Amino acid sequence: MIGSFLGGFLSGAIQSGAPLLYATLGEVIEERAGIVNLGLEGVMLIGAVVGFSTTVQTGNAVLGTLAGGLAGGLFNMVFGFLVITRRANQLASGLALMFCGVGLSALLGAPYIGSRIEGLKEIRIPFLSDLPLVGTILFQYDILVYLVVPMAMVIGWLLFNTRWGLSLRAVGENPTAAFAAGKNPYKLQYQALFIAGTLGGIAGAHLSLALAKTWAEWMTAGRGFVAVALVIFSKWHPVRAIAGAFLFGGAIALQLQMQALGVPVSPFLLDMLPYLLSLGVLAAWGGAGRRASPGSLGRVFQGTE
Amino acid sequence: MPGVARFVGLLALAFFVFAIVLVIFGKNPTKAYTDIFLSTLGNTYGFSEILVKMIPLILTAIAVALPSRIWLINVGGEGQLHIGALFATWGALNFTNLPAWILLPLIFMLGFLGGGLWALISGILRAKGWASETISTLLLNYVAILLVNFFVFGPWKDPESANYPQTAEFVNAATLPAFGNSRVHLGLVFAITALIVYYFVLSRTRWGLEMRAIGNNPEAAQRNGIPIAGYIILLMFIGGGIAGLAGMSEVSAIQGRLRPGLSPGYGFTGFLISWMAGGNPLGILASAFLLAIITSGGDILQMSHGLPGSVVNILMALILFVVLARRG
Amino acid sequence: MNSSPLITLRGITKSFPGVLANDHVDLDIYSGEVHALLGENGAGKSTLMKILYGFYRADSGKIRLNGHLIKIRSPHDARQFRIGMVFQDFILIPALSVAENIALFLSDLPAVLDKVQLNRRIGEISKRYNLQVDPDAPVWRLSVGERQKVEVLKLLLADAQILILDEPTRSLAPHEIEGLFQVFTNLRRDGYAIVFITHKLKEVLACADRITVMRCGQNADTLPAAEATEKGLISLMFGEAVIESTHRRREPPREAAQPLLELRQISTRDDVSGTSLREVNLDVFSGEIVGVAGVSGNGQRELGDVILGLESCSRGAKYLFGQDATHWSVARIRASGVAFIPEDPLGMVAFAGLTVRENMALTAMHKYARQAGLSINWESVRSDLECSLKRLGFTVSSFDIPMRFLSGGNIQRVILAREMARHPKLILAFYPTRGLDVQSAISARDLLVASRDAGSGVLLISEDLGELFSLSDRLVVLFRGRIVGTGIPQEITMNEVGYLMTGSKMENRSNG
Repeated sequence: MIGSFLGGFLSGAIQSGAPLLYATLGEVIEERAGIVNLGLEGVMLIGAVVGFSTTVQTGNAVLGTLAGGLAGGLFNMVFGFLVITRRANQLASGLALMFCGVGLSALLGAPYIGSRIEGLKEIRIPFLSDLPLVGTILFQYDILVYLVVPMAMVIGWLLFNTRWGLSLRAVGENPTAAFAAGKNPYKLQYQALFIAGTLGGIAGAHLSLALAKTWAEWMTAGRGFVAVALVIFSKWHPVRAIAGAFLFGGAIALQLQMQALGVPVSPFLLDMLPYLLSLGVLAAWGGAGRRASPGSLGRVFQGTE
Repeated sequence: MPGVARFVGLLALAFFVFAIVLVIFGKNPTKAYTDIFLSTLGNTYGFSEILVKMIPLILTAIAVALPSRIWLINVGGEGQLHIGALFATWGALNFTNLPAWILLPLIFMLGFLGGGLWALISGILRAKGWASETISTLLLNYVAILLVNFFVFGPWKDPESANYPQTAEFVNAATLPAFGNSRVHLGLVFAITALIVYYFVLSRTRWGLEMRAIGNNPEAAQRNGIPIAGYIILLMFIGGGIAGLAGMSEVSAIQGRLRPGLSPGYGFTGFLISWMAGGNPLGILASAFLLAIITSGGDILQMSHGLPGSVVNILMALILFVVLARRG
Repeated sequence: MNSSPLITLRGITKSFPGVLANDHVDLDIYSGEVHALLGENGAGKSTLMKILYGFYRADSGKIRLNGHLIKIRSPHDARQFRIGMVFQDFILIPALSVAENIALFLSDLPAVLDKVQLNRRIGEISKRYNLQVDPDAPVWRLSVGERQKVEVLKLLLADAQILILDEPTRSLAPHEIEGLFQVFTNLRRDGYAIVFITHKLKEVLACADRITVMRCGQNADTLPAAEATEKGLISLMFGEAVIESTHRRREPPREAAQPLLELRQISTRDDVSGTSLREVNLDVFSGEIVGVAGVSGNGQRELGDVILGLESCSRGAKYLFGQDATHWSVARIRASGVAFIPEDPLGMVAFAGLTVRENMALTAMHKYARQAGLSINWESVRSDLECSLKRLGFTVSSFDIPMRFLSGGNIQRVILAREMARHPKLILAFYPTRGLDVQSAISARDLLVASRDAGSGVLLISEDLGELFSLSDRLVVLFRGRIVGTGIPQEITMNEVGYLMTGSKMENRSNG
């Protein structure tokens, strides 16, 4: 009984944490480049709806995932145009992106509301997947879950061990300095936003193709904002984000498990957990986190005459 | 006035792009826009309904505009509205024996208090430097809506409405009176008063000057002895309170009870209005008018044109996009 | 020095809205020379070099490298031509390490960074030219002098041949300046061309081979250092003789009963950015100017913030005019008679978007607010400001224009008038003449002396040892948040102060 609870809880945590981690990794890259994107929620929704509809039309969930990612990347370019080229306020632009994502995804997804699909299949590894408990917790997921932790490692390596990552971090700390060093802050920021949008799109696609296996309006339910809080929690470091994302995945999984167990706590109160946890984490880490944040986060690079 | 002309031009652009979106999805934009125009401005009832919608929109816009004078970004209008409605409902359900002239002011104050306290959480977090108010108000939106759902599905559920999750109906004493036969209610007076007071405080008083100073140069404001932390907390509280009034008036005058889906995103629309208007009171009035028409349009698009209601979010986003892209 | 110049600039012209920064400037730079670009603030030296570095684009003019016409459209181009520049405010990223900052700058690195090899390259060059730093240290931990070394290393590793340094000695102590000139000598020997921009005559005469003087956007003259004299350079810089104020007779310090300001064992909390104060004891009496010497970043800002009430101290006590003011709010401290003249008035105490009148009102809201804050007594605001301006001999055209439309000098004057309007008893003056032209600087110094003579106490914080020595009645030296020395200008030497400023011990050194 405990075993099944634990197994259900931990595997639920990982399952729910994976899309959060993709979204968080995307946001880490954006913020390292100096841009806060509150519209991540909208990007995820676009990824979810495009991923879902592509899968329904083609019958291929992997293709759907890729389409969702690409759509997310392109959608984020709208945000990029506003904040990089037009130098608009990042917070307001992000919220506009969110509105747009909500409405556009509702429009695109209207024909698919409630449809159920097989989505991303579980990948079973012979022998490992059949282990009791451990098999459930570690080896019964779809491909995106398996890839997420390696993805975090790759992004960490990219940020700290390559020239591109160094230039990107420089832009996020001090774009004037980066420019003086001969880098093009605009180009780097657009690149970061595209990658972040793609990761956000994949996160959304994972929600619709693997977790829910259906489409509903605003199905991300604020996960995009939770991801923004997670970035602060992980102090803008991709590998630390892993812990945070699975912790929050746990909060989401907890309420599902408790409902399944018939625990007499209102589902609404349980649903609050992830948000309250995000808030708590923000408050606890926020002050200290401010010093760890990229120096030029949120500000606008003015260029030269 | 070149500024206004440019603004109208931008709006036209946004409407044009939205028309294209409609065409892509096989709808007739001309018919859609005409339908919206006729049913909102073409008759008295439609017009009065616009006024009804404007009440919460003006209030939530001020809830954003006031803190924005010192660059606080309050996106929690939705949540503050809900908690205001919650507190007001508590008053309405528990004091059914009081006469209207006591009960109405009571739930008015409760509504303000609810919204104010909810925003105060974010205000304190920001004043202490622990969390950005943008993210905390955003997250608290979800918590507020879940909290209302909890009460409405649970302890406050009306036993007489077996299948619907909602509270009991408010007594007459707790219902805000309306004007004539329309649904335009006393809340309009709150909204216009709030707008006037907002203008007055900002332009004439000491506090308005100090707020503008903070907005202009926070470091200098500190060095001049202006208590920034105090203003952060105060403005978030008052802003949240005003949004709470929107919730209170919706629940007392329009719905007559507390039920889920109380607000079709008034909080976020209020944010849009404040941003479009640049915090200017007349601009808020005009933008609230426009957005009331647009949100009514959402209902029409859903009912007569087979589009999901949330599609107007695209139009709202387009308007915000053009405003941001132009002003930067 | 070669026979033909490495770089020639001909007819460089550049204007910004409202100002002609460079007016048909010609300049030659040879390899193996140290070339000083001398001139007062606003003469156009920085602009000219920023054009050479590609940070700005000239409106017209030609640049030649070894006789070939070249176009420099961005810093990227400049670096291709082996031109490098060290800016006044270092363009280093504090959060990144020394090696990362340098790597950022190099264009020949592979996509995947090889940290070991990079550190080795850094080690080689730093040893050769005496520019030692720890490659893995995060830059925020380095002192100003060390950061400057990193900046120079950056250029050398990026294979620059022409090194431009903008006001390199601004925050260095005397012996660090000597070290820098030694680095110049080593570089010159290896054929590098060094251009350094400065407004300090003595440095120019000490280390340059050739001197170009700029004035009002034009090249006033270029001459070998051997032919230059201080007087000659001054007349080139200003065009006419500068009126020096008469030497101030210092009144004997008054035997005041109680200090205006007393700091006892003040310590502040450790912060990642900035320097915390440690057990600071300081007194300012009425009728005296106390000068605080120190390299910028050793606690000056924190000292000002603590006195003003912006920051609280973790230990110790602060007394103002005899009362315990340790926990007073900023508003209360200001209201009690403390004025603050900051180094950057528009950024730090003025509101650029608000009008002059509104700025004045905000200084003393408790005085001008009426009906508990519902309205403001604008009449009183206007008359107080007019009165103060008249007393100081300034005029401002209108009170209703936003502050940011005033000229820099006028902003300074409005702030001074504003602060002095309340007849402050204690004046905190932070780098009051930084960035001011000569005449304005003289006025500002005269004002401080006049206030002192009228009975106020002045705490003067400055990096300019000459200014400190000529104005102060007493001196203290601030280093790493501690007071490490005190003295009277007549009894202590600038060199001793310089050593205290950088934490070195003053022993009998053989090479000075």
